[in-house]
Amino acid sequence: MIVEIGHFALVLALATAIIVSVLPLIGVHRRDASMMAVATTGSLVMFGLVALSFAALTWAYVVSDFSVKNVWENSHSLMPLIYKYSGVWGNHEGSMMLWLLILVFFSMLVAVFGRNIPETLKANVLAVQAWISLAFLLFILLTSNPFLRLDPAPAEGQDLNPILQDFGLAIHPPLLYLGYVGFSVCFSFAVAALMEGRIDAAWARWVRPWTLAAWTFLTAGIAMGSYWAYYELGWGGWWFWDPVENASFMPWLAGTALLHSALVMEKREALKIWTVLLAIMTFSLSLLGTFLVRSGVLTSVHAFATDPSRGIFILCILAIFIGGAFMLFAWRAPTLKAGGLFAPISREGSLVLNNLILTVSTATVLTGTLYPLVLETLTGEKISVGAPFFNMTFGLLMLPLLIAVPLGPMLAWKRADLYGALQRLWVFAGLALLLGLLLWYMQNGGPVLAIFGLAIGCWGMLGAIADLWYRGNFGKLPVMTSLRRLKGLPRSAWGTAFAHFGLGVTVVGIVAASAFSTEHVVEMKQGQTADAGGYSLTFDGFREAVGPNYTEERGHFTVRSGGAVVSDVWSSKRLYTARRMPTTEAGILTFGLSQLYVSLGDPMDGGGIVVRIWWKPMILCIWGGCLIMMVGGFVSLSDRRLRVGAPSRKAKPVKTVMEPAE
Amino acid sequence: MMELERLRLPLTVTLSPLAERRSRQADEGLRGFLLKLMLALFLLFTPIQAFAVNPDEVLKDPALEQRARQISAQLRCMVCQNQSIDDSNAELAKDLRVLVRQRLTDGDTDKQVVDYVVSRYGEFVLLNPRLSGKTIILWSMPIGLLIAGIFALVIFVRSRPARRSSEVLSAEEKAKIDELLGN
Repeated sequence: MIVEIGHFALVLALATAIIVSVLPLIGVHRRDASMMAVATTGSLVMFGLVALSFAALTWAYVVSDFSVKNVWENSHSLMPLIYKYSGVWGNHEGSMMLWLLILVFFSMLVAVFGRNIPETLKANVLAVQAWISLAFLLFILLTSNPFLRLDPAPAEGQDLNPILQDFGLAIHPPLLYLGYVGFSVCFSFAVAALMEGRIDAAWARWVRPWTLAAWTFLTAGIAMGSYWAYYELGWGGWWFWDPVENASFMPWLAGTALLHSALVMEKREALKIWTVLLAIMTFSLSLLGTFLVRSGVLTSVHAFATDPSRGIFILCILAIFIGGAFMLFAWRAPTLKAGGLFAPISREGSLVLNNLILTVSTATVLTGTLYPLVLETLTGEKISVGAPFFNMTFGLLMLPLLIAVPLGPMLAWKRADLYGALQRLWVFAGLALLLGLLLWYMQNGGPVLAIFGLAIGCWGMLGAIADLWYRGNFGKLPVMTSLRRLKGLPRSAWGTAFAHFGLGVTVVGIVAASAFSTEHVVEMKQGQTADAGGYSLTFDGFREAVGPNYTEERGHFTVRSGGAVVSDVWSSKRLYTARRMPTTEAGILTFGLSQLYVSLGDPMDGGGIVVRIWWKPMILCIWGGCLIMMVGGFVSLSDRRLRVGAPSRKAKPVKTVMEPAE
Repeated sequence: MMELERLRLPLTVTLSPLAERRSRQADEGLRGFLLKLMLALFLLFTPIQAFAVNPDEVLKDPALEQRARQISAQLRCMVCQNQSIDDSNAELAKDLRVLVRQRLTDGDTDKQVVDYVVSRYGEFVLLNPRLSGKTIILWSMPIGLLIAGIFALVIFVRSRPARRSSEVLSAEEKAKIDELLGN
């Protein structure tokens, strides 16, 4: 019964979506306030209904109602409770439900928090959001209905894919979707503004918090996914340039560009047309990612051709929304007035460079991801585009960007003095190089180029500190005054510093983990010892263990340093009973920022077992940096200027600038 | 005298290749540097990883093994999803790994090994596709777009209304200011 209520709520949500798609637009046309108000109420109702529907599906999972086909396919009565919750989105139908839930969640947020947005713009935005909801509601109900029943009901479920039975599944998809579905709000704002034909700095100010929020969650989602792959897949890699990863990385790159161009638009009313285009492109990439992942087209073109209903449906959604938005753009963009002027060497100029490089990188990843697909469809020829291609092209593109990041915040708006900025930064550049050298030396050498890689990472970190240093005017004013000035800085300035610092940390992690990782593949018998990363590991033997829905063989290792026992670690191989599927659970020991990664391989003829041990120096910097970027996003989001409405010149506090010289 | 003659001969012999290499290096300085940079970048961002290499496959000669690993990271495991043979524990990947090592011990160069594998399995096996007619768009996309973007920016900047002349003082205005300031 509860399942049917969920199903019915979804149908009601569809009906509500139709109303919200149409009525507010007529209201805007007729200047009818009550019709426009339908958008707000309707969006709230839609969220309520979808949430109810989602709750019903979750309930079916929690009580293991195997008469529901979706639950039977992806759950098991013995599965731990947390996986019953997270298992809801561990499959196609459920993940589309989560997608939809987050979409209407954002509509609801716009409806509730968008009080200072002009009535007509708000009505238009919510209507566009409703179109997207409508499309996905239809998709779920027509091709991916999670509420279908089985009769007779099976006694036991088929279990969730063991790789997904992890805490990672509980948080990775929600974070990721909060990110890339969040960009739908930017898309809706762009389309609504194009419909109204009016875009100004105030528009950028309304859009920026949504971009920031989406970007922050996407950063977290991608980092979380990367760490999950790292510890779960058992070979210590953390980024594979897999098409599925690229699908989430492309909106992140475009979203990062959007974040920066919206800044120019908000402050200087320049780059309007470009910002609108980016807002459309970012969400288009999210939709494309959804298509790539959900249609099965990536597994193989042929698998797609045998059951194309879902793929074709999303492809239609893609064509309608992306095509429609671009047509609207082509039609309306020429009517937008150009904004403020700026010299090539200026804050704006540096942000344009940022946008250029990020856009080209996005296009490169997009081409690399789709090229084999398109080539095979057109000519039947099969080629592969894998990690080596992306590492080289993307790496080369990122190099100038990473070098330029610390310079950007040093440049003044409108027209800047590049020489002056360089003069203020050269000490920090020298320090970065020294730090790079020091880190390299501490890792006992390695590829010489790693020094420069590390230095570039440190340059990013020190650049962020330099930004704060000069904003506080340290060295020229008494320390207390400078600290007070720092305290008075707008939160967005702190956000920038955090995010850029985090980027530097991530780069250091990537370089260190790539250049200094060591790997030891050895055959070990009980009592034997292997050395890795300055530690020696003794294999103490196996112990059998039984989990709720699996059996495992756990290998125990004692870790010694200089003869003294420092720690121990378990590494195991599991066999999930329901699917007869083996997995490896790597043993990971953390020493500061570095990790020792122990993974079990196949048993050998002589009674030993293959053990793979990696020493991954400073690898935690990769995800730690992302966390810092995320903190930057939230700090910036808490800036009060984002919460108040349109920019007003006199509201700007000038107190901080007028600090007495003392 | 004879002693000296005999001494000089091997000296010139050992010197000449070095001198030759030096002059060649000077010629190809920039290109060589760029190539090295690209290679180094590529190695830098390629995580050294191996899920599947078993101890019994590892070659005794560490230099040879290192080359084998680098080649393996660029070859696709044909039956897997986006995995190199170095990462995969599939049977086919193991066969290929052994094959690569076999060819290397037989004295093949890296290029010969890769060519041989491609001749058997086709271009699909290469994770880093070769530049050819069918991959020209793929390879030219990053640099082409970058150039196009810079070009578009230049045109955009040029086409914008020129800075108002009032921002730069004319000689007349300058003279007037000097006059007013009493210089």
